[in-house]
Amino acid sequence: METAAPRLDTVRRITLSESGEQFPCREDESLLTGMHRSGRKGIPVGCRGGGCGVCRVRICSGEYATRPMSSAHISAADRLAGEVLACRVFPRCDLQVEVIGPLRRRIG
Amino acid sequence: MALTGVLRPGHLQLRVMDLEEGVRFYRDVLGLEECGRDASGRVYLKGWDERDHHSIILREADQAGMDFFGFKVADDASLEKLEADLRAYGVKTERLPAGDLLETGERVRFEIPSGHLIELYAHKTYVGSDLGRKDPKPYSPKFDKGIAPMRFDHALLYGPNVDKVLDLFTKVLGFHLAEFVTLPDSDVKGALWLCCSNKAHDIAFVVHPEPGKLHHLSFYMESWERVMRAANIMAANDVKVDIGPTRHGITRGGTIYAWDPSGNRFETYSGGNTSYPDLPPIEWSWEGLGEGGGLDVAHRKLHETFLTVVT
Repeated sequence: METAAPRLDTVRRITLSESGEQFPCREDESLLTGMHRSGRKGIPVGCRGGGCGVCRVRICSGEYATRPMSSAHISAADRLAGEVLACRVFPRCDLQVEVIGPLRRRIG
Repeated sequence: MALTGVLRPGHLQLRVMDLEEGVRFYRDVLGLEECGRDASGRVYLKGWDERDHHSIILREADQAGMDFFGFKVADDASLEKLEADLRAYGVKTERLPAGDLLETGERVRFEIPSGHLIELYAHKTYVGSDLGRKDPKPYSPKFDKGIAPMRFDHALLYGPNVDKVLDLFTKVLGFHLAEFVTLPDSDVKGALWLCCSNKAHDIAFVVHPEPGKLHHLSFYMESWERVMRAANIMAANDVKVDIGPTRHGITRGGTIYAWDPSGNRFETYSGGNTSYPDLPPIEWSWEGLGEGGGLDVAHRKLHETFLTVVT
């Protein structure tokens, strides 16, 4: 579920459910920024502005805040199901996350 | 051949998900000048060397991407003729009234086979630049406000049916093909760099399954040094960079690809080659696009984000 007000001194632990990969993430940085800053991989990195949709994840458990993200990729129903863009999600507790981004599209 | 018919890219309306955040980015970080706001809340901007009223229009929406791309044409007669030619070719057109965009005359709008809305118009108020038209000054403080591109230069759009787009732009709108990329193991043109002028390009397309997508809008820098200065300003403002600073093999332009706060990719572009309608187009293979440095001369690889990240 979504909540507000980051606590800047608080670091949350993010776990990617498939790989078991973990990384720390501050409450004032997005999951994608946290992953990127710790040199970890697992969530595809795209525009980092909520526009392109490649970093789509499902939050399996835990509270988080969000910033605006494109309705072309995340509908109201998606949000209710915990499907969001990792670049727009800010943790409020430790989170279990499933990567569900679009498969790499191939040209032609 | 003198420039007639379609003259140049004139405007692009961009969707941003937070208007004031978008304005702060395009005005204060990129350094465009804010030139107006209309009744529907859209914000109009231009580069320091642009003399028509505006080139970039920001509209707040719940998704990123491009609403439409407009070209200025020489005069009313050109607009009438191009509209008639489009209809004769089988393209449906509509007219938007003068004043729908601030300081802009009637626009002819049509959808192209890639799913993008293109517009033509003959009139936009000449407001001039800070430098003046007679004995222009050599310098304006606007050169140093933010990244400060001279102008909106071009856009790269992603969508299906680029073969039909090529036919429409060359046969009806008078563009010529400057460069193209063929798809892997084929002679099918999957990417096009098209010109209405003799710039390196005025609009480009890459084939993509989803229609109507924006890959990037591009801003012209006076020099490679200005592109490097842009890199510093991006770093200082936490702008997310995709590729560069580097140089494209295609067009030979200096470049940085980066993202605005809504995830729309923009480019700071410099230099570039010169195209003429009589010259056969430059051809790139798929390997040439990647390891041949077509996309990135310095790193000679096909960055995955080039093909997958669009708005």
